[in-house]
Amino acid sequence: MLASLFSVLFDGFAYGMLLFLLSVGLSVTLGMMNFVNLAHCSFAMVGGYATVTLMNSFGWPFFATLPAAFLSAAAAGAVLERTLYRRLYRASDLDQCLFTIGIVFISVAAAAYLYGTLQQPISTPSYLQGAVELFGMRFGVYRLFLVVTALIVTAILVASLEYTRFGAQVRAAVDNPRMARGLGINLDRIFAATFALGGGLAGLGGALAIEIVGLDHSFAFTYLVYVLIVVAVGGLGSIGGSFVAAAVLGISDMAGKYYFPQLGAFVIYLVMVGLLMWRPAGLFGKR
Amino acid sequence: MTSARAAAADPHRYLEAQVRWRRIEIAFWLCTLLPFVLTPAYLQLASQIAITALFAVSLDLILGYAGIVSLGHAAFFGLGAYAAGLLSKHAWGEPLSGLLVASAVAGMIGYAASFIIARFRHLALIMITLGLGLLLHEAANSASWLTGGADGLQGMKIRPLLETFRFDLYGRTAYAYSLVVLFLTFLAARRIIHSPFGLALRGIRENATRMPAIGAPSRAHLRKIYTLSAAMAGVAGALLAQTTSTVSLEVLSFQRSADVLVILILGGAGRLYGGIVGAIIYMVARDQFSGINPQFWYFWIGLLLVVVVMFLPNGILGGLAKITARWRSRLP
Amino acid sequence: MTAVLSTRGLAKRFGSLVVAQDISLALPRGVRYALIGPNGAGKTTLINLMTGMLRPDAGSIFLGDDEITSLAPEFRVKRGLARTFQINTLFPDLSALESVTLAVLEREGHAGTWWRSLPAYRDAAGEAHGILSSLGIAKDAYRPTRELAYGRQRLLEIALALATRPKVLLLDEPAAGVPKDESADLFEAISGLASELTVLFIEHDMNVVFRFASRIIVMVGGRILVEGTPAEIARNPEVRAVYLGKAAYG
Repeated sequence: MLASLFSVLFDGFAYGMLLFLLSVGLSVTLGMMNFVNLAHCSFAMVGGYATVTLMNSFGWPFFATLPAAFLSAAAAGAVLERTLYRRLYRASDLDQCLFTIGIVFISVAAAAYLYGTLQQPISTPSYLQGAVELFGMRFGVYRLFLVVTALIVTAILVASLEYTRFGAQVRAAVDNPRMARGLGINLDRIFAATFALGGGLAGLGGALAIEIVGLDHSFAFTYLVYVLIVVAVGGLGSIGGSFVAAAVLGISDMAGKYYFPQLGAFVIYLVMVGLLMWRPAGLFGKR
Repeated sequence: MTSARAAAADPHRYLEAQVRWRRIEIAFWLCTLLPFVLTPAYLQLASQIAITALFAVSLDLILGYAGIVSLGHAAFFGLGAYAAGLLSKHAWGEPLSGLLVASAVAGMIGYAASFIIARFRHLALIMITLGLGLLLHEAANSASWLTGGADGLQGMKIRPLLETFRFDLYGRTAYAYSLVVLFLTFLAARRIIHSPFGLALRGIRENATRMPAIGAPSRAHLRKIYTLSAAMAGVAGALLAQTTSTVSLEVLSFQRSADVLVILILGGAGRLYGGIVGAIIYMVARDQFSGINPQFWYFWIGLLLVVVVMFLPNGILGGLAKITARWRSRLP
Repeated sequence: MTAVLSTRGLAKRFGSLVVAQDISLALPRGVRYALIGPNGAGKTTLINLMTGMLRPDAGSIFLGDDEITSLAPEFRVKRGLARTFQINTLFPDLSALESVTLAVLEREGHAGTWWRSLPAYRDAAGEAHGILSSLGIAKDAYRPTRELAYGRQRLLEIALALATRPKVLLLDEPAAGVPKDESADLFEAISGLASELTVLFIEHDMNVVFRFASRIIVMVGGRILVEGTPAEIARNPEVRAVYLGKAAYG
């Protein structure tokens, strides 16, 4: 009984870490420029498909594809931001939503055209399969790897935010964009860099997600809802908020499906609506 | 603008000019009778278009006029559909009273939800409408003892309209019924827009900060329009249930909420007829291209959205309005 | 005689930033007050507190004998407290006539009626047109607000506030951003305001202040420094120090 509770918690936390990687970029860019980028999960798809292509068509080892997933998604993000998005920074919420939904549709159709509509199979390396016993509990190796990766990424993010100049500029830009501009911070470059970084992380998430939830052409849509929930609940612009919200959501979803399977995804939606009503700006958002 | 020139120093004539029926409107409604004569094989489609148009107009009331961005409006469409369906299955199948009951059910739930909706703005509001819509869809899915779940509602018994006109595969009754209901409900929507309440809604949309400063109870206004809009969406859903004698979970889906949003933006929000124009174009196009792989359909819709937002921010009607304004200013 | 608008010990802070401290005022009927002080002194904050857009940390606000400290902004307007904004806060797509008519209808409680057509409300439209005429902007009545010149938009700001039939009118820098050639109309409008109306306006231009105000309140660093007639204020050494920068403050 306790063992199954623990495994639900761990699996849920691992799933939450995946959601965190997918969502953190969106939270920061939303908090910084108030730009509603619903196409964020398309970057995750870019990373995922990069991994699939490199492994299946070019025989790259799994680990080598991860940086490639990150970089390709980051590049996609940078290009999109430079060419299209920057024209819409002053547009209304609705226009941004609609525009980026359009991009999602296009990316989903493109993925279906290029790769078909079936799940993309990859064979994860054998050392990442199976489970290990630690402290008397069984941990799935891949999930453990996922959690460790996410924690390392979080540590790097937090450290660079706190201790680097770039990080300070990012924090200033999120806190008060007008003031930051007034201080001479080049907001355009900060935003482009953050966008690329966020996209890259989503790409990494997409690559890592293949083993856990699979990858198909509609990934950008399916996970959009979850990512939005994490961002809205965690609070815009807050890395810590995204972390907590993703963990809570991952565990709620896993627990809901395990203990109340007939309710389906009901639990997360209920948790989201309730949390948003309590804290409309998100758990850690700006008031 | 002609009304400005005509009104000169008279505020009353100016306001009357704003609400007067334009010739093109009358022409439009007369044209809605054409399908009976010109395309009698497509009356089922015409009926679907009328229903979707009604749904889009209901969304326009909250989105185009009051500025409430909802990603979950299908909730009320679906509530109306299931209400009408369940009524015909368990109680009686008379369509007109079913329509009223469905509208009342959707309206009451809309009223309850409006207390939540009116309190939030921006991303929180978008997410809450999305979440509530998804919740209702999941609940209906789980309550398969009531709704039939993924198989859809079974055993609906719709009686002929006015005990005379049967709903058949040809769609004559369906289209006539849908068209009349669309027209009557549209008249109500038109009256709302042109009333003091409609002006207040536009005020909220134009500048929500200013409204309390002129003594306006914005939240009460928002709750009222949300309720009216929910009741209207419920009518559309009930029409669908009654004319097709089926109700499936799809009526509550995010897909439907997103589609109606695209339709409204395509036609132009805040312009009364935008939802109708958008519905006609979207559904005719979808019918024409129905043979295509669904992937390609969504590719073109995506491209359309991108193009509309970049170049036609007020939809097709907005673009037309701009063209006619520019054309008029060239005339002597 | 009870003051029309009064506050007692109003205070507000944002974290460690004190924006209002111990503000106590009593404004009698019909008097024209100017609220002056350096930038950041808390003048707009005070208006936001009085109108209910900000909730005070301490203190109370009264309209006549009624306490309104926890009353929502729209209800304070209904009781007779109106304001204009420092930056035009208008309805860009509505025409001037529609905007003022809306304010009149809200005042009368008709704005919730959705089943009657707008032209049926002839009195409201007529009154709105009258207000626009009295401020000299009647000829712009039918154009969308966004097309109006800035100075005329400032007048529309005042028209909207007047349409609520206030007893107290708070004007936040009415002449801000108005080019010199348009400001004459503005000041004519202000001087033409009804004599029973209590007016408090924030202003930086001393010529305007001395021309229109019968009493002046000076705010510095969130506190009221001094209150008096223009002559008293002009002579006051503390005030001169604040404006000439000799004393250290805040």
